[in-house]
Amino acid sequence: MAEAKKVREDALAVPRRRFEKVNEIIARHGKSASALIPILQEVQEEYRYLPEEILTYVAMVMDLPPSTVYGVATFYVQFSLEPKGKYVIKICDGTACHVRGSDPVKEAIRKRVGLKNEKHTTDDLRFTVETVSCLGACGLAPVVMINDQIYGQMTPDAINVILDKILEEEGDVK
Amino acid sequence: MKIDSRETLNTMGKTWKEGFAKETARILVCAGTGCVANGSLQVYEALKAEVQRRNAYVSVEMLLEEGQSGTTIVKSGCHGFCEMGPLVRLEPGGILYIKVSKDDATDIVTALLEGKGPVERLLYKHPVTGEIYAEESNIPFYKHQTRTVLQHCGVIDPEDIREYIAEGGYQALAKVLHEMSPADVCQEVIDSGLRGRGGGGFPTGRKWEATRISEGEKKYVVCNGDEGDPGAFMDRSVMEGDPHKVLEGMAIAGYAVGADEGYIYVRAEYPLAVQRLETAIKQALEMGLLGENILGTGFNFRIKIKEGAGAFVCGEETALLASIEGERGMPRPKPPFPAQSGLWGKPTLINNVETFANVPKVINDGAKVFRKSGTAKSPGTKTFALTGQVANTGLIEVPMGITLRDIVYEIGGGLRNGKRFKAVQIGGPSGGCLTEQHMDMELDFDSLLSVGAMIGSGGLVVTNEDTCMVEFARYFMNFTQNESCGKCVPCREGTKRMLEMLQRAVDGEGRPEDVEILEDLAEAVKDGSLCGLGKTAPNPVLSMLKYFKDEYVAHVVDKRCPAGVCKALLGYSIDPESCKGCSKCSRVCPVGAITGEIKKPYRIDSEKCIKCGACVSSCPFKAIKEG
Ligand SMILES: Cc1cc2nc3c(=O)[nH]c(=O)nc-3n(C[C@H](O)[C@H](O)[C@H](O)COP(=O)(O)O)c2cc1C
Ligand code: FES
Repeated sequence: MAEAKKVREDALAVPRRRFEKVNEIIARHGKSASALIPILQEVQEEYRYLPEEILTYVAMVMDLPPSTVYGVATFYVQFSLEPKGKYVIKICDGTACHVRGSDPVKEAIRKRVGLKNEKHTTDDLRFTVETVSCLGACGLAPVVMINDQIYGQMTPDAINVILDKILEEEGDVK
Repeated sequence: MKIDSRETLNTMGKTWKEGFAKETARILVCAGTGCVANGSLQVYEALKAEVQRRNAYVSVEMLLEEGQSGTTIVKSGCHGFCEMGPLVRLEPGGILYIKVSKDDATDIVTALLEGKGPVERLLYKHPVTGEIYAEESNIPFYKHQTRTVLQHCGVIDPEDIREYIAEGGYQALAKVLHEMSPADVCQEVIDSGLRGRGGGGFPTGRKWEATRISEGEKKYVVCNGDEGDPGAFMDRSVMEGDPHKVLEGMAIAGYAVGADEGYIYVRAEYPLAVQRLETAIKQALEMGLLGENILGTGFNFRIKIKEGAGAFVCGEETALLASIEGERGMPRPKPPFPAQSGLWGKPTLINNVETFANVPKVINDGAKVFRKSGTAKSPGTKTFALTGQVANTGLIEVPMGITLRDIVYEIGGGLRNGKRFKAVQIGGPSGGCLTEQHMDMELDFDSLLSVGAMIGSGGLVVTNEDTCMVEFARYFMNFTQNESCGKCVPCREGTKRMLEMLQRAVDGEGRPEDVEILEDLAEAVKDGSLCGLGKTAPNPVLSMLKYFKDEYVAHVVDKRCPAGVCKALLGYSIDPESCKGCSKCSRVCPVGAITGEIKKPYRIDSEKCIKCGACVSSCPFKAIKEG
């Protein structure tokens, strides 16, 4: 028993220094199982995604089976195990937005940032494009959210103007 | 400032009310999510700067503490008329300005301070009659509504508890703590006939009573703010616009069932709601209206916020509890019901945001008065998110029993762009559609169930002749299939197979025999699923097959999409009557599918056509038809 504990302590020693931020988050929420989701939320905010090594580390520190942590991280759509782009573009495909034409807006965005096939994130990690169901601004359908900013009453033309501006700020004149 | 007794609550309420009455004018700028997206915060800053420049501004502190008078500027919750935002409301008079930009600040303030009439160009103008409305309450969108749950939304500052108290807030809590036993409270709620607004319509009082008599030292109250129905934002607006009402309702529930701890589970996508609730909880704690020994009665109640992480099924009560406990949000079998064994195995009362927001009114006015609005079996009002192809979209509140016609035509102002009405989808992915034949039916929990729909959370999506109902059914199936948690095989696999069949229909590969299989499978999924998600997932499809079977048949048999939506089924043809033979279309066609002779009608070769639609927009004579 004591030996197992020591093995665990040793295994933790190095990452503990590396994951200082994670430690701080866990310390703030405590180690009860119900703190897992808020902890993962904050970790994701910090790293923009949930790197696998961090999931394992969180499991160890919280004394939970890694499968539990992985299970939770893959259940909720908010969590991403892959890195996300600098700009996360969420296109609402809730009912209200769907009937007012969110599809053409999505196509326009994917085309403008150069995403093909099933991909969600551009190779240069600049843009992630995802569809979500309902951002709660249905009165302004169709709605697009770029990072934390909501844009309402979108059309392919309108979103292109916004994206042009972002690309310009990025020093990318296409 | 601590409010430690009922007397203090009354005195402070009175003092603050008198303080607020010293306002010579009040400018309310909507700071709901919709208006913020349209730039209302800049409007707020501009208006404030303008009033300050004219030395007419007072802050709430100067008003309440120094007894000064002047004009206040407040960020309010959602007014509901989101499409017309940013919205600005002026008191006295209840004038509503729409689509306000920061450049309008000077004109608005000048008209207000110099006592001129309202700025006409910013008033709502009826799109058909051209009539101009100054007062918010006269605008048809508002005139046919009954706003009780939403009474404060857009009228008070949700971030200032003093406003809520001045308006009579926390009086219902004081009343139950001083005058009623927990059993009395449950009885009052039973007598009111209040039914859960989270979708099922379960009698709220009975749930409270069951939790009250459940044995246990520790009990919980949980508020369901997950609002997963895509296309609904009523709960969000209540949490953002009048958070204290929800807190008060929860505290009353805590007293009634014997709980000292509450959780509000809020959707991940609602950061503003979380922030407003946090502020509200903090203020209520500081004033002693939450926490220990509330109003000196020995009653303790604390509320915590839990943010969801994006999973529709977490709106289901047992899944929600699992999620609060930190697990994958998968539903648990019932019984035991949460009232017996809920959060961490303790008796738990779980209600929807709007249900809790109705409680203070039930207590203040009594069950009898509450029953005066709505129908006998569904008393009270209901909020709806009116969206889709209707002229006025937004958040509305109407008495139960109102007809669809009143909602679509009186409040909604009819269809957009003169299009024809097709159906209203109600209840989101668990609901169904209502068509022309249901226009004059009284809407309540039971009437909707009888026609294969349900109130659900209250999303009302209006569709028109351009909406393909098959594609619409596919859309919902895609949603539920994605959101199925995977626990029950019939739900996990059944929704997938149903989606495949609908996808085939939309892609032009539908098989006529699919209709029967779809119907069979729908029954199997309904019967074989544990929770409401699977039990109701087939509803939109069944409803489509019931009311729009001809559209489905057109897709799978005739390979035609009557609404002209499904790309794979679209064909283009040139109307020889209108074609002048200008050759424009043939020049833009990327695959050379259009041929003909100048000045004679052209033709499209449907084998070559890739349905890109380039020709349609190029034709100056509108001679190219889809369908
Ligand atoms: C799949 C599914 C999703 C649900 N989503 C919600 C929701 O978003 N909000 C809600 O209040 N109730 C939702 N419910 C209903 C809850 O399970 C529960 O009945 C409700 O919170 C009880 O509150 P009420 O009695 O006040 O309506 C959902 C149910 C199911 C089956
Ligand atoms: S449906 Fe798009 S914001 Fe609600």
